[in-house]
Amino acid sequence: MSMKKYVLVLGAALLMAGCGSSVKLDDVPVEDRSGASVAGADSNAAGKNDVASVDLDKSKQGIAPAGPRVVYFDYDSYVVKPEFQSVIEAHARYIKADKNRKVAIEGHTDERGGREYNLALGQKRAEAVRRALGLLGVADNQVEAVSFGKEKPAVQGGDEAAWSKNRRAEISYR
Amino acid sequence: MLKRFLLFLIAGLAGLPVLAQFRVEVSGIGLTQLPIAITPFRGDDVSPQKMGAIVQADLERSGQFRLIDASGSGLDENARPDMSPWRQKGADSLAAGSVTRLADGRYDVRFRLWDAVRGQDLGGQSYAVTAGDLRLAAHRIADFIYEKLTGEKGAFSTRIAYVTKAAQRYSLWVADADGENAQAALTSPEPIISPAWSPNGAQLAYVSFESRKPVVYVHDIASGRRRLVANFRGSNSAPAWSPDGRTLAVTLSRDGVSQIYGLDAAAGGEPRRLSQSSSIDTEPVYAPDGKSIYFVSDRGGSPQIYRMPASGGGAERVTFTGTYNISPSISQDGRWLAYISRVSGAFKLHVMELASGNTAPITETSADESPSFAPNSRLIVYATKQQDREALMTTTLDGKLKARLAGQGGDIREPDWGPFQKQN
Repeated sequence: MSMKKYVLVLGAALLMAGCGSSVKLDDVPVEDRSGASVAGADSNAAGKNDVASVDLDKSKQGIAPAGPRVVYFDYDSYVVKPEFQSVIEAHARYIKADKNRKVAIEGHTDERGGREYNLALGQKRAEAVRRALGLLGVADNQVEAVSFGKEKPAVQGGDEAAWSKNRRAEISYR
Repeated sequence: MLKRFLLFLIAGLAGLPVLAQFRVEVSGIGLTQLPIAITPFRGDDVSPQKMGAIVQADLERSGQFRLIDASGSGLDENARPDMSPWRQKGADSLAAGSVTRLADGRYDVRFRLWDAVRGQDLGGQSYAVTAGDLRLAAHRIADFIYEKLTGEKGAFSTRIAYVTKAAQRYSLWVADADGENAQAALTSPEPIISPAWSPNGAQLAYVSFESRKPVVYVHDIASGRRRLVANFRGSNSAPAWSPDGRTLAVTLSRDGVSQIYGLDAAAGGEPRRLSQSSSIDTEPVYAPDGKSIYFVSDRGGSPQIYRMPASGGGAERVTFTGTYNISPSISQDGRWLAYISRVSGAFKLHVMELASGNTAPITETSADESPSFAPNSRLIVYATKQQDREALMTTTLDGKLKARLAGQGGDIREPDWGPFQKQN
């Protein structure tokens, strides 16, 4: 029996035994085998009855980082700014957790300039994110850098407010 | 301004229906034009196509002809017209014709051209065509007149390809050189860019995003069958045919940076790397003699146009003015380079004479894209924005006469002018 199921059974048993303590499992990350939350059985926490249901299918895939998957770039720039490093780290962890995960980095530009040259500029942004993932140990064969150039803006508009939202690289699981 | 007003006034008097189809802008003075009168064809009033008007519009769009009012004259190809009233109107040449429905449903189209100054018959032709081919017959008549009077080959019966975007649908169209008679070769929910005609006019290469990354197809126009020729790792784009039709140059990012490669156009297979830099190299286009490739590179810090041998190797820089020069197109006679240059934030069509390096902007618009020469080297088609709507325009190489093409609804972009085609 897996550790998780053991914890579930123990928790249920404790509940039925009327110790009045419960084990919250929803906060246990997939890779965490410390079982630290079981120590809660020793505390005198009273009467919390909630049971978090764990969906094993979902936990096998892992849940893709719920947070941002877009890296924004300055004008004429292909440098991943420090403020986006945490986004890249979160996705690097997720990709490395399963060798079968495939991700495309989709590079984009704002609307100014020619279509083919912008396709190449978007490609530079996608490559920058791909390299950043590689530096964190992500295998090269799990990542493909592609570009949409100026063809798929996130925001319509002819001003810097729109342009700044279109100069981006998006992380797309495929 | 006055000249433009007069042009519209005269056109209105002549009852030209073409005003609904395109708008002609004449700018500058000293435009050398041959004055010609084209009468409405006998039978135009009941014909599915107004033959006289189509011929007039073609010759006017060339920039090399000035149309003399010929409305209300009842001439046809059998007439023996008195030339002096035409000379008095200022015409050096006169053309008249007829379009007659045949018993089998086809149309008999005839015309004749006269030199009004010497009073000479310059010849004519006759065609028997289906209703669907009436416009093509009119374009062939315009070609005949153009060639007889200028000594150069007309490009009126060639085709152009372009892309439209309407709501979330993208379509790749094949149309007559006047933008009419468009048929969709491809419709997609994802973008299509960079259509490129094969030298024999039978195929179009293009970039499609239908599989959520850019890949290159070669598409047979008549059958609709297409082949995926470049789906390498990363992005695949900017297809360009060698003049012998055997090689496709493409931009691939498979080595981690956008570079130019050659592919066997028929067999596909392993690409040969042609450009050598660690910068962006893209937008290849072959010189008409097939010996060199012009392309865009930012190896010098900003995008400029370069030229390298077709087999790859050392590149020499071609554009030296401005900090952003892209989208090269070379005329078939090898004399001219059309390209887009960013000037104070505006993207403007420029034409360079390659022998001298002299270059000039030729438009007043500021969002020009994708120039492509007509195969007779006398006109350029390009995309631009007018009143915030995308439009296709043709222009003479000096920029003095421009015309907006009819097109399908929605945003219209990415034109490519097809080659001369064999007469059938």
